[in-house]
Amino acid sequence: MIEACGYLVIRFCNNDVLTNIDGVPLRILETLRGGTPHPNPLSAGRGSRKCSAMADTVSRTDTLAALQAAARERILVLDGAMGTMIQQLKLDEAGYRGERFKSWNRDLKGNNDLLNLTVPDAVRDIHLAYFMAGADIVETNTFSGTTIAMADYGMESLVYELNFEGAKLAKEAAKLAEAKDGRRRFVAGAIGPTNRTASISPDVNDPGFRATSFDELATAYGEQAGALIDGGSDLLLIETIFDTLNAKAAVFAIERLFEARGIRVPVMISGTITDLSGRTLSGQTPAAFWNSLRHAQPFSIGLNCALGAKEMRGHIDELSRIADTFVCAYPNAGLPNEFGLYDESPEAMAKLVGEFAASGLVNIVGGCCGTTPDHIGAIARAVAPHAPRDLPEIAPRLRLSGLEPFEMRA
Amino acid sequence: MTAPVATFVNIGERTNVTGSARFRKLITNGDYTAALAVARDQVENGAQVLDVNMDEGLLDSEKAMVTFLNLVAAEPDIARVPIMVDSSKWSVIEAGLKCIQGKGIVNSISMKEGEDAFRHHARLVRAYGAAVVVMAFDEQGQADTFERKTSICARAYRILVEEVGFPPEDIIFDPNIFAVATGIEEHAGYGVAFIEATRWIRQNLPHAHVSGGVSNLSFSFRGNEPVREAMHAVFLYHAIAAGMDMGIVNAGQLAPYSEIEPELREACEDVVLNRRDDATERLLALAERFRGGGREKKEADLTWRTWPVEKRLEHALVNGITEFVEADTEEARAAAARPLHVIEGPLMAGMNVVGDLFGAGKMFLPQVVKSARVMKQAVAYLMPFMDAEKLELGLTDAPAAGKILMATVKGDVHDIGKNIVGVVLQCNNYQVIDLGVMVPTAKILEVARREKVDVIGLSGLITPSLDEMVHVASEMEREGFDLPLLIGGATTSRVHTAVKIAPQYLRGPAVYVTDASRAVGVVSNLLNDNTRADYAASIRAEYAKLADAHAKSDRNKVRVKLEEARANRLALDFAGYQSPVPTFLGTRVFESYDLAELVPYIDWTPFFQSWELIGHYPAILDDPKVGVAARALYDDARKMLARIVDEKWLTARAVIGFWPANAVGDDIALYAGDTRNAPLATLHTLRQQMGKREGRANIALADFVAPEGSGVADYVGGFCVSTGFGEHERSEAFKKANDDYSSILLKALADRLAEAFAERMHERVRREFWAYAPDEALDNEALIKETYRGIRPAPGYPAQPDHTEKATLFKLLDATSSIGVELTESFAMWPGAAVSGLYFAHPDAAYFGVGRIERDQVEDYAARKGMGVEETERWLAPVLNYDPASHKSVAAE
Repeated sequence: MIEACGYLVIRFCNNDVLTNIDGVPLRILETLRGGTPHPNPLSAGRGSRKCSAMADTVSRTDTLAALQAAARERILVLDGAMGTMIQQLKLDEAGYRGERFKSWNRDLKGNNDLLNLTVPDAVRDIHLAYFMAGADIVETNTFSGTTIAMADYGMESLVYELNFEGAKLAKEAAKLAEAKDGRRRFVAGAIGPTNRTASISPDVNDPGFRATSFDELATAYGEQAGALIDGGSDLLLIETIFDTLNAKAAVFAIERLFEARGIRVPVMISGTITDLSGRTLSGQTPAAFWNSLRHAQPFSIGLNCALGAKEMRGHIDELSRIADTFVCAYPNAGLPNEFGLYDESPEAMAKLVGEFAASGLVNIVGGCCGTTPDHIGAIARAVAPHAPRDLPEIAPRLRLSGLEPFEMRA
Repeated sequence: MTAPVATFVNIGERTNVTGSARFRKLITNGDYTAALAVARDQVENGAQVLDVNMDEGLLDSEKAMVTFLNLVAAEPDIARVPIMVDSSKWSVIEAGLKCIQGKGIVNSISMKEGEDAFRHHARLVRAYGAAVVVMAFDEQGQADTFERKTSICARAYRILVEEVGFPPEDIIFDPNIFAVATGIEEHAGYGVAFIEATRWIRQNLPHAHVSGGVSNLSFSFRGNEPVREAMHAVFLYHAIAAGMDMGIVNAGQLAPYSEIEPELREACEDVVLNRRDDATERLLALAERFRGGGREKKEADLTWRTWPVEKRLEHALVNGITEFVEADTEEARAAAARPLHVIEGPLMAGMNVVGDLFGAGKMFLPQVVKSARVMKQAVAYLMPFMDAEKLELGLTDAPAAGKILMATVKGDVHDIGKNIVGVVLQCNNYQVIDLGVMVPTAKILEVARREKVDVIGLSGLITPSLDEMVHVASEMEREGFDLPLLIGGATTSRVHTAVKIAPQYLRGPAVYVTDASRAVGVVSNLLNDNTRADYAASIRAEYAKLADAHAKSDRNKVRVKLEEARANRLALDFAGYQSPVPTFLGTRVFESYDLAELVPYIDWTPFFQSWELIGHYPAILDDPKVGVAARALYDDARKMLARIVDEKWLTARAVIGFWPANAVGDDIALYAGDTRNAPLATLHTLRQQMGKREGRANIALADFVAPEGSGVADYVGGFCVSTGFGEHERSEAFKKANDDYSSILLKALADRLAEAFAERMHERVRREFWAYAPDEALDNEALIKETYRGIRPAPGYPAQPDHTEKATLFKLLDATSSIGVELTESFAMWPGAAVSGLYFAHPDAAYFGVGRIERDQVEDYAARKGMGVEETERWLAPVLNYDPASHKSVAAE
């Protein structure tokens, strides 16, 4: 069950350990010691019921305007974990395969994105549950929807369909929710980090080696983003970024896509701080991370996964001071317990996230691993009384970065 | 967690192969571990941005960039700072951008290739998320005046900000720092132009930054670090005040403005700010006083004069000091039983120390040649005493370790390398008989037999000499010699010796000698009865293997048929092409050209190479290993250069010409006049026959000229320059005075001046005589990198490997009677310090190598030239892709 979203977790800590990055996350070591695979990051997309009306009916400009207006008026709420909800479905291997992939030549249990094709109704229901709990935006169930990540299942050729259907399901759920209460809902096409790193060698004896390249990543991301837009996504969300170079490849691919199609879709960017020393897996501080990606002119910048709300606060605080765009935070339900499970209660988490809002740090909040519609409902209620963060005026200066930020006087 | 805020960003360039000889060596040797250590040092010493440049001709620059940046990414203590991806090639920049997760800086883009390419590159830089350095460079060239600098930067700014959407704070302008105090009047304002352009940019282009490479400024004072540092400090003081906020500066060498000696500071300020007409002269006058004061003090330390005479002689030999040699030798002689004992005793002991240090890599060639000068002068002093003793006692000559005949082969005039080898051998107690240059085979063999020599050494620089050496080898075989034959010189190689020479000479060993430092080891192995047989056998086995591998690799090379190569020629678009018209047609002669004007154009790197000091100038002067030797050599060279110029030791002459021309197939037809109906001559060119990737042409020089019938009235130019008049006499005089060091130094400088003359003349052609780039303003580094429009390929070199084409060129220029440069039977020029070649002006004309060619082209070429196929094969032997001998035997079967 836990493996259902756990395969990425393992790669995650492999890289950590292999490259001897400072501060290998304590929780992963604990997990390894306990011998329990860890469900960690991996939020995922979500979906909903068939609904013939596609995003085409509303122009993209209107979507952006509506999003911006909503974000200026209130703190927007993102959904919670997809993996946690899928676990509750208790699907076995046959459940994942469905009729269509009955005789696929590899194990498919754990390929959550595949559920967009094999159990679409269940995925759409999860999306709808989040919308009804109070989410303004849900993420599509496409966290691993790249040719690179799908190679594990031999399903590279299905990438377009997985993403297209994933976006469609989420959009259908949005329409259902809008029909119920008249409130506008949005779909963010989720783009995960893939299971390869462009900046880190998986071979400890050959630090110059790379298991993937910028070009390979850009091609894969470009395909995924194109399918997500075709399926009706209102935004794109590059998330759980542990290697900024992967994210830069995604940004590059998306820019090319926009240029080729003559459109623009708002892009959300969310990194993940994997250890308590406050760095990404590839070693960047939050400010360096922001400097590296500001050229994407994202709709929002933020953090998700890895840490609980308490541990994430300082980093969100920093981003909120330096970023001249919306800030988004969707932490895990606390740090993992001794079984590697996230068990912070909806009320406890909502109190912490509510404090982000009260302190004026955030514009968008949600949940990652271990969170459920109950968490999102509690969070939505907790942030509702608070005004969204005002965007700061940031003086234009040359701001560069390596692993650390660097700024030049005007 | 807040970012450090910088007011002036100092960019280190020690991880730049063009700026650091040491780093280049590490990268070309693939020593990335040590290369990373260089980067780490820089960051630890406070570099705020790491400049990485891999622009080196011999490197796969893209690959080196990717490899290095990937390794840097794995080192958190280096990767913490931003990277500046530095290359003149866009593909290298792009490859680098794909490796950095942080936000770096691209160095650089410009409007050199027009606005469209500029926009395209800028958009990509933005998509990769980097800041950018924009050079003040447009379609017309690099901006040198305030007006050009500011108008180009303003145009670039508008395109970037308004059209591309580039954030203005991410733009860094480099408005070009050029050398001042060069003696050329229009250069005097370069410092002010930069400073004022900086001020203008900072006031008028909001948020943009200004950067520059400061070391260019003091280019004409290279070698005089104290003055250079003062110039840089003064310049930065004013440029930073005007708003310059980034720069490539050697921080360790920067003196604070306030600490510069006031007189020097004022003189530097006069130059940098162009405050008075005689500023350059005044700084020059002052410069000598400030030149490396520390070193002079060390030389003046004479405590060694109190040591015992043996130690004094050793010290003089190791340090190359001739000042006291006669007195010390006399003192040793007076104390010795026989004059010979002085040679065998203290002098040989001293030379052994030199030999050990040289062998251990702690002394370098120029120092050894200086040691030899001390030795020779000591021996010369002892000679009359030994002759008198011989008469008295009826003794014979003391036996040398061996007798070696050395010669530069027939048709060739180059002998710097040969002379160095001779000196090194003499240092090791070998007797050297030097027959000089242009020595025919018969004379070599006759002297070898008469003098009973132990070894014959052959040298040559131009490609026809390779064939001449093969001839010497086969004659040695025929006449029954079995002496070791040594082969050396710039165009020779181990492979050529193995494939062409060794098989002709079966009786004895033929051995290729890489450089002078190897010569002694080879000779002693060959002359030692215990090692000779084994050594010769191992060389022969090695060469057999090489020849075999060569034959195999040859077969693997894809060559295309001549028709295919022609179909894939470089088809330049001449339709809209306006061929620039030269300001005169026919030839123009320059008598006694001013040598002082050539000095700033000297490319010093090859000068150090000729002394086997490998490294890029000027970084080589600070090289941790050879820096001391290089600096001493450079000081000597500068001193001699001053005398060459002041006392007119050499005379420089040149002739250039332009003719109406159009391409006819692979040839270029020249016409007697602009009516183009009377043919004047035909220049023949060779076409590449290597298999090419899609989109890459098989080029011949003729492709750069508009074809006949294209309607374009095109032109071709030619030149011959020499600075060698007077060199031979003076270098022989030095040799007679037992001063081989000065003799070799003079030859090496004359060669450099000839190359500088060719460079300067080409610049004047571009600016004045053909005048297609009247506003070009490049510093010497840019000239060396050949960033200008047009080329000047020389017959006998890669773009046209046929030396015999020089005959046509010389006829056109009438070079022999107009300026006195002659051609030998191998088409070497005499005097040797000469350069000749053709001028092509098309913007797409570029240097290339013809590479190996097939028999179909040789036959076609021979027919076009009206030359026999066999004779053509002989001249083109180094580039044939087949063995003419085996072809003949196959044909006969």
